[in-house]
Amino acid sequence: MRRWLHRRSTVAFLMCLPLILLIGGLVVYPALYAIWLSLLNKRMTHFVGLSNFAFLLRRSTFHLVIFQSCLFAISAVIAKALIGFILAHLMHAIPSGRQRIWRGLLLIPWVVPLALSTLGWWWLFDPSYSAFNWLLARVGIGPVPWLGATGWARFSMILVNTWYGAPFFMIMYLAALKSVPEQLFEAAAIDGAGAWGKLRYVTLPMMRNIISITVLFSLIVTFADFTIVRILTNGGPRDTTHIFATYAFEVGIASGDVPLGASVSLFMLPILAIASFLILRGVTRRDREMAAA
Amino acid sequence: MGHAISRRTALTAAAAAALPLVHIRSAGAAGSIRIGLWDHWVPAGNAAMKKLIDGWAAKNKVEVSIDFITTVGNKLQLTYAAEAQAKTGHDAIAFAAWDARNYAQSLEPVDDLVEGLIKQYGQVNPVNEYLSKVDGHWRAVPSSSGTQYKPSCARISTFAKAGVDLQAMYPTKPEHTALSDGWTWQKLLEIAPVAKEAGLPFALGLGQTTDSVDFVGALFRAFGAELVNAKGEITVDSDPVRAALEYMAKLTKYLPPDVYSYDDASNNRALIAGKSALIFNPPSAWAVAKRDNPPVAADCWTFPNPSGPKGRYVPYLPFFWGIWSFGKNKAAVKELLAWLCQREQVETLCNAVSGYDIPPFLSMSDFDIWAKVEPPLGTVYNYPIRPWHKAVPSIAGYPAPPEIAVQIYNRATMTTMIAKMTQGGQSMKDVIAWANDELEGFTR
Repeated sequence: MRRWLHRRSTVAFLMCLPLILLIGGLVVYPALYAIWLSLLNKRMTHFVGLSNFAFLLRRSTFHLVIFQSCLFAISAVIAKALIGFILAHLMHAIPSGRQRIWRGLLLIPWVVPLALSTLGWWWLFDPSYSAFNWLLARVGIGPVPWLGATGWARFSMILVNTWYGAPFFMIMYLAALKSVPEQLFEAAAIDGAGAWGKLRYVTLPMMRNIISITVLFSLIVTFADFTIVRILTNGGPRDTTHIFATYAFEVGIASGDVPLGASVSLFMLPILAIASFLILRGVTRRDREMAAA
Repeated sequence: MGHAISRRTALTAAAAAALPLVHIRSAGAAGSIRIGLWDHWVPAGNAAMKKLIDGWAAKNKVEVSIDFITTVGNKLQLTYAAEAQAKTGHDAIAFAAWDARNYAQSLEPVDDLVEGLIKQYGQVNPVNEYLSKVDGHWRAVPSSSGTQYKPSCARISTFAKAGVDLQAMYPTKPEHTALSDGWTWQKLLEIAPVAKEAGLPFALGLGQTTDSVDFVGALFRAFGAELVNAKGEITVDSDPVRAALEYMAKLTKYLPPDVYSYDDASNNRALIAGKSALIFNPPSAWAVAKRDNPPVAADCWTFPNPSGPKGRYVPYLPFFWGIWSFGKNKAAVKELLAWLCQREQVETLCNAVSGYDIPPFLSMSDFDIWAKVEPPLGTVYNYPIRPWHKAVPSIAGYPAPPEIAVQIYNRATMTTMIAKMTQGGQSMKDVIAWANDELEGFTR
């Protein structure tokens, strides 16, 4: 027993135990409970297998929810990745003494509580008294139905999510950029590489893993987003902005069908599992290649 | 050989043994209860409720802990969802409209309490029975706190331009007028262009939140349009539904273009800002206008909704108090709820919130407060349904079985149908086919 306690692996396990218990209690248990709920009937009195999932797949409204969730998550993540990448490069070009203030300012959207900042955006988009429309009216442009027309409402949701999430990409990419050895850029310059060549043959290959992991992390968070849609559109107009989380809430909590709501939220699982598998497989492969080199 | 016991020792021992049997009445002697109540929009509402309950608690030696839980962000709904799953929390909690039924299996039957109140005060608002009576048993007590009608709240001056004298149509006295018979959905359609021309279009939402759903639900009923009948059969493909949709296709031409993205505050803001001549809402919008835009408030009049071919229906959205079956002190909490439902307490609470709360018993629609509120004097006199209004309280989705109706309500099926047709450009046939598909899902 004494020897077992002194083993490095035992100490490591014991030190990790609080975290394991925390994850078990706050992640694993609720996830398993959600799976169990999704297999019950509406009154939660008997087991119905996968019939909640089969039922959902037959509903045209749910097809719309799947499409919108993918559109929202993929568009927002691409926009955040692009903007974060550009911002990180711009930031990297600023002398380090003056970088801190810009870094701080650009991180503000990410640190302000999302519910609060989304309320601010909602005010800017407000159907009747939009501040944006007030400005547009000054230059003779008619009111834009930011939240009232399907296309604009989807655009507004993606815009707010991008505004909120781009600083996270920026800070991750900036950290990755700072870790790229300066000698590689110098060697590329000697070989005649311009800015594009350095970006393509040095920066991108060196950042590929961090880009993949950041995209994966953001994809998970964006797919599970609730606040932005709930506050901005509540799924409207005509259900054309509902995503998994808001639809699950409508069905599960508001309409009293908790098992069906759990089933809706679990639809994210296979989509994210496939995305995680593909992205992490790429990361592992590149790690092996780098180790072999 | 035994020890001799002295008289003094025997008396001391007897006194010590008897001590626990003496009932010492102190604060909390009859136990403690924890109750979750709706956080009232009107700040004075919570204070009045707390004062009442504190008084009862002191008198009955019960320790009462009150949590006022807001419905903003669905916090109240999330609280009872969590408590029902965890089987712990408050002894009793407030439930919004449909939710007492959703959690009926976790609620203590309160037949004795409600039937007793019905004996005392007469007929309860029928919507309460529809929402809270499950398999013949009352599962929650209809409460006045937060319960509301959503009648018409209109600008007197704009309607006067269209030749309608609101104060003569719905005077502040118990009198049915011939003018009120002329207040129909058709009449509303005739006034709508006048209001739009005056720059005050009717702010009638077609979004997916309760104000939109409630007004459209009352309109559908007035046309006899049922999506699902009382037997649970889908009846959306019917002439009354088509008539209601055709009517809305005409009306939406005169509504603001942003009505499809309205939430429950949009109509209020339109009225308060002086940009609309009609909303369907409790007097909360008028109350804010009184503070923020007094000239608008002084020009407002509240009265029942228009009538249609099948009658006059006024949206009604009640709150309930339910006792959890896992509650620890059910007897005491039941006593407290019964006491709070007495006319005296209901009137005290109603006065504190300037008449916002609607009592669940029709016999209580005669409180003085509704005649006293101003400006203009009597503006909310016709807020509660009076016997001479010939109006029926209504909730969207009725008469479908409640487990179906709740989905029609929360998924905003009716407003979505209208929006698909008038905003999305779909044909009526396609819209009805879509609704039919949705309703099939609701009836599973």
